[in-house]
Amino acid sequence: MNTDFLQIGNGEAITRDRIPHLSFDDFRNQALDIVTNGGKVVHFFGYPDGDGVNLLAVLRSDHLMLAGCRAPEAYPSLAAECEPFHMFEREIAEQFGIRPEGHPWLKMVRYHANERGLPDVFGNDYNEDIPGNYNYYAVEGEEIHEVAVGPVHAGVIEPGHFRFNCIGERVLHLEIHLGYQHRGVEKLFLNADTKRLPILAEGIAGDTAVGHSLCLAQAVEALAAIDTDAGARIIRTIGVEFERIANHVGDLGALSGDVAFLPPANYCGRMRGDFLNMSLWICGNRFGKGLVRPGGVRFPLTDEDRRVLTERLAELKPQVEHVIDLLFGTSSVRSRFEGCGVVSTPDAEKLGLVGPAGRASGIPYDARRDFPTEYYQHIGIPENAEPSCDVYARAKVRADEVLQSIAIIESLLSRPIETRCVEDADYKLAPSSLAVTLNEGWRGELSHCLLTDADGKILRYKVKDPSFHNWNGLAMALRDTGISDFPLNNKSYNLSYCGFDL
Amino acid sequence: MLNTLKNRFEQGCRTSAYPKTTIELPERYRGQPRVHAEASAELAAECAAACPQQAIDAGRRLIDMGRCVFCGTCERLSEGRFVSFSRNFELGVAEKDHLLTSGELPSLAEHAKKHFKKLFGRSLQLRQVSAAGCNACEADLNVLATPFFDLARFGINFVASPRHADGIVVTGPVSRNMKTALLLTYEATPAPKVVIAVGSCTLSGGPFRGSAEITEGLDQLLPVDLYIPGCPPHPLTNLHALLTYFK
Repeated sequence: MNTDFLQIGNGEAITRDRIPHLSFDDFRNQALDIVTNGGKVVHFFGYPDGDGVNLLAVLRSDHLMLAGCRAPEAYPSLAAECEPFHMFEREIAEQFGIRPEGHPWLKMVRYHANERGLPDVFGNDYNEDIPGNYNYYAVEGEEIHEVAVGPVHAGVIEPGHFRFNCIGERVLHLEIHLGYQHRGVEKLFLNADTKRLPILAEGIAGDTAVGHSLCLAQAVEALAAIDTDAGARIIRTIGVEFERIANHVGDLGALSGDVAFLPPANYCGRMRGDFLNMSLWICGNRFGKGLVRPGGVRFPLTDEDRRVLTERLAELKPQVEHVIDLLFGTSSVRSRFEGCGVVSTPDAEKLGLVGPAGRASGIPYDARRDFPTEYYQHIGIPENAEPSCDVYARAKVRADEVLQSIAIIESLLSRPIETRCVEDADYKLAPSSLAVTLNEGWRGELSHCLLTDADGKILRYKVKDPSFHNWNGLAMALRDTGISDFPLNNKSYNLSYCGFDL
Repeated sequence: MLNTLKNRFEQGCRTSAYPKTTIELPERYRGQPRVHAEASAELAAECAAACPQQAIDAGRRLIDMGRCVFCGTCERLSEGRFVSFSRNFELGVAEKDHLLTSGELPSLAEHAKKHFKKLFGRSLQLRQVSAAGCNACEADLNVLATPFFDLARFGINFVASPRHADGIVVTGPVSRNMKTALLLTYEATPAPKVVIAVGSCTLSGGPFRGSAEITEGLDQLLPVDLYIPGCPPHPLTNLHALLTYFK
């Protein structure tokens, strides 16, 4: 296959004149060719250039590659032929007013006016409340009924709207309507001074503060030619793994609670706190906010820190193992988990699922193994793919990853870690350049793309949380599933609303 | 069954004795900030310029806990000589002015509305509304239900409907797309009702101030009774504020 797409490295700075600038037709044909032959979409977005907009696609196979083109005001939709472009085309239409003709489901993503002041692609008047001019997908029939939930939910969780079309208790279709959390994050990055950037990145999704701030730090390090030391790379790896453990343990407990098996629900809730408290020990914040900064980390791991954390892990590890054993060894739990909310591997491929959601549907991709950053090239990350594609698989992948991550941290803590702590660095980004960074957050592939203008100012800051891929996985899981199993499926994914809404 | 019992014994009883006993948070935890008046004007100005949240008033020697995300930049820069963060997690205040502090916080118990203690002191049911929160504040409110904190032993619960609630707990910088839903939830809560603002975003817009998509302070929309600063507030900060204000 001949392609003009340029191969790039994860976290590699390139000047923008190296981005292959194709005709739209060549761009479209080659992007479709790569993705229909097994490639995946990491990014597909627009950015302002002169008096118009350029499109940029970052794709991955066993390597990363990118190419761009001038954006036509309307273009034949790629998603019409190749599903993985679906969400990205909707986002481009919303942000820049560019219409993908023939898109199978052209619906707004976050509900805001486009930044070019063009007529709205969706016919919305943004003085009206969300969801504006939008008719939910509806099923008709004598015994069909709809259930509408949200945006304010029953629990202490983020807002979003869920619309179920049911026959009896069976869900025919679930439509998930988000956008309530939209804070204008990508735009804030454009004008924020350097000291604000890490604070913003940590706020993209608070449960993934370390992951997102790592993506930012790596992008800045690439474009400002800043090196990190080996100790900082180890501490960052430990930070991301603690984040993974805390969230997975919490969700295993919540899954147990949703099938009314309360002992693991309570134990996991408590143990999740113990892991958050280890992040608190390292950097003074339970969510790892303040740990990662461009150039390294702000806190060392002294020998005393290593001793304390190792001791706490040694106490917790058997408890975690035993609770996982209890959860998966209980037949009433297994009977609810197994066969519930199946998303087949072909469906998961088309939806572009990543992270534990993808691995539970038989897609082994893990950015830690396939595009390693920080200390990951020295760590063997196993393939955690599960074949059963159901709630059980999603829970099992997470349980396996908890134990693997504990082992990773134990091993990293076993040797002295030396680092020179950094403060908020004063740096200048290379002009007219670009860097793409990928990391495996606890929900899957996190990626940021930073483009600078001729003065080294941020021209475009693109954020992608794995939830951008995975929300449609949850919708798919609910097809032909009992509506009472919604909480269980929802928790098995536990996706980010604000990471999606930005 | 045997496995269930074995786990039960291994887990033991984990509920904290707080507030009867004190809890010491780790050394790197950044709690109540103190501004040191004796620091030089240059150092104060330097810290104010370095603050990512523009939370420092160098002239008046005050720090705005509503804007502060407790990142500790000022403390590191001044090596504790202009601002230092103590490990005191008891940060809730009853008036917005009290967030602007030199280090002394007015007693929350004394500023609490007395009729609230009478009305809600024995039973307080709260509806949480996340209005564009990043899920850190939400998560650290949620943990109050876990065995360590066990909020229900104080007669305080998070409930599923505003119609069952005595008040709302708001997190997040109230996005344009959540504003109506938040106001409707407030309206649906029967009076007399309380409004509790949790986290830097809700208090001031936090990291997102300057965005046209958010509200810079919940008090612009609703009468706030209790302000709890932090990014996010430690669960004990939330617990202390609830117990001190209502008990």
